[in-house]
Amino acid sequence: MAELETFRAETREWLEANCPEEMRQPVRDEEDVYWGGRNAKFKNDAQKSWFEACMAKGYTVPAWPKAYGGAGLDAGAAKVLRQEMSRINARPPLSSFGIWMLGPALLKFGIEEQKVHYLGEIARGEIRWCQGYSEPGSGSDLVSMQTFGEDKGDHWVVNGQKVWTSYADEADWIFCLVRTDKANKYQGITFMLFDMTTPGVSTKPILLISGNSPFCETFFDDVKVPKDQLVGELNRGWDVAKYLLGHEREMISGAGGGDRTSAIGAAMLRHSGELDPMLRAELAMFDVDALAYGAMGEKFLDEIKVGKAHPAQPNMMKYVGTELNKRRHELMMSAGGSRSLEWDSEETSGGKPSRGWLRTKANSIEGGTSEVMLNVISKRILDLPGA
Amino acid sequence: MPLYYDDDQTMLADSASQFMAEEGAIKKQLRHYRDGDCPDGFGHALWKQFGEMGFTGIMVSEADGGLGMGHVEAGIVMEEIGRNLTPSPFLTSSVLAATALGHGSDEVRGRYLPGLLTGDSVFAVAIDEGAKHRPERIKTKAEKSGNGFKLSGKKDFVIHGASADMIVVAARTSGAEGDADGITLFAVPKDASGLSQDAVRLVDSSVATHMVLDGVELDGGAVIGEVDGGRDILNRMLNAGRIGAAAEGAGVARGAMDMTIDYLKQRKQFGKLIGEFQALQHRAAHLYSEVEIARAVVIKAQQLLDADAPSAELMVSVAKAKVGQAAGLAVREGVQMHGGIGMTDEYDIGLYMKRDRALQEFLGDVYYHAERVAQISGY
Repeated sequence: MAELETFRAETREWLEANCPEEMRQPVRDEEDVYWGGRNAKFKNDAQKSWFEACMAKGYTVPAWPKAYGGAGLDAGAAKVLRQEMSRINARPPLSSFGIWMLGPALLKFGIEEQKVHYLGEIARGEIRWCQGYSEPGSGSDLVSMQTFGEDKGDHWVVNGQKVWTSYADEADWIFCLVRTDKANKYQGITFMLFDMTTPGVSTKPILLISGNSPFCETFFDDVKVPKDQLVGELNRGWDVAKYLLGHEREMISGAGGGDRTSAIGAAMLRHSGELDPMLRAELAMFDVDALAYGAMGEKFLDEIKVGKAHPAQPNMMKYVGTELNKRRHELMMSAGGSRSLEWDSEETSGGKPSRGWLRTKANSIEGGTSEVMLNVISKRILDLPGA
Repeated sequence: MPLYYDDDQTMLADSASQFMAEEGAIKKQLRHYRDGDCPDGFGHALWKQFGEMGFTGIMVSEADGGLGMGHVEAGIVMEEIGRNLTPSPFLTSSVLAATALGHGSDEVRGRYLPGLLTGDSVFAVAIDEGAKHRPERIKTKAEKSGNGFKLSGKKDFVIHGASADMIVVAARTSGAEGDADGITLFAVPKDASGLSQDAVRLVDSSVATHMVLDGVELDGGAVIGEVDGGRDILNRMLNAGRIGAAAEGAGVARGAMDMTIDYLKQRKQFGKLIGEFQALQHRAAHLYSEVEIARAVVIKAQQLLDADAPSAELMVSVAKAKVGQAAGLAVREGVQMHGGIGMTDEYDIGLYMKRDRALQEFLGDVYYHAERVAQISGY
């Protein structure tokens, strides 16, 4: 305990010295998020210096081993760092699917050279990754996917199409599920990694109801992938995919705290000047749920660190967290009134309330729908028959 | 501090769980005393066993002979009480009254704590006036009289009041109805002259009283804490009682949910186990989520209270409200998913529904605490 308190004091001091004031503000738009990658640009010097300070300390991925670019923090210290960062509202120095999704999968399934190479790149923000999972005919029924890699000796030739590939048009590399055995549904998928500049890879952004295009269609037309660019074993990519989905669900759930699950009643009053009594009541009920969910997120992370959490618990977190975030934005729209309807006005920074509200509707679809989450809870946690 | 039980707490949870499942079981306690028309609504023998186990003094300081533990540990016992619907004066005596007595004079502590520790005495608290919980507005008056006080007023929803050896009464010694200051707590013995109680059996078979204080004369030694300065102790009592009731409610929710999930795995209709139907699976999974979250916020609030953190007040209300929602859902879904048999007295699921309803009301319901969350948050 004393050690942790020393670490807390040191961390507080380090944050004070290294986290610029501009980086202690809530994330307002996409430009405030630093994603790294070959084409990355910093929005300003503060973003750059905050990222560089964290990278030098291993704090872009604090819990990863030092050999792979992390700080090697244990569970207790990682929690202290998280608490201290959230205390001053410090922004994440680096956001990426490499950190949230591919990284944990590589740590579990990767071989040493892969860990050193790929994890190091992720920690240093050099490569931006995207995820090739869903296909036009394979949404909730993901395992029915058809993208095929033909065995050509020392490489595969991949053909097919992925969809809902987040930021594929800005990503450098993709981690991708590719069928390598058509006769075997679950044990016929391989988890491959390849460069998005490989000939035959093309992307096309999808315009969403929010007017934004964070997702793409991604096409593979005779894409050559060397045989050593797989994670885990040949035809056992589904195991990696399932493990990684757990992390994706955890990420979408907002279990780590932050905006998605914070109480909003007081902010809505400040913003609107007054609240209609019934809206105020709804906000109070929301805040009860949000604050309770915040405690659940903390408990979940504490338990996961020591192996006490049920392995299927991320599905529950994802279900509740995303439903909560949708409700949150519905209430924010109501509190904002007609102002929040504006689509491209300066006052709303280009329709931030309405576009944000629409964006949340995907939360309970992406990474497994709420309905699929409830199926998984029924089957794996409650052990209900035939589920 | 991580949000799960440490080794000592895990041991306590194991022993409380085993003890309550054996000794506090529904058939042995709740149904036995209900069907025997017991005027107390609980068994004194079990309360003595609580004493032998050390549960009675769980929150009493070690200096006073108790275990000197906190809200997390008291909550462990409460949750097991909830799961087994064990009728017990634990919440009013060992959580609420014990919190008040911790602030009492040597004389008050010496008079009442030994009986609490052994389980020979039972205690109650008289806070509410009227059918809803409004501790901000206390009308019961205590006027100076000789070297003591004279209490006049009416109290309601005094759980175990009729069985209690002493009742902690919150009264106004100065100021106006809504003032924060001017509240004093008194230890009122059951046989005090001018004290009368009208006992009523509630929907969950517990017994509460409507209490009339008609010029009850008490000497100065009956005061718990400072004259006019009782609001702080009252708030501590309320926090302890509310999180205790929330922990019990979390236990009720778990008990009802476990029973219902079990039933889904046994009952067949249309040639299938009803648990195979997705319409029920999704509702069960949603219920599980709500109950898990309720349990998480309970332990969060308990830890904050034990650490005397400023945010404890807010989280206690979040916990009481959230548990109210989750436990309410658990018992309603429980009865519905059991179908016709859920409506019968023979089946236990209805007993969970009744207990939940009484707990919802005790020390503030979902609406009271959601309102408090808004006020504490500043809107």
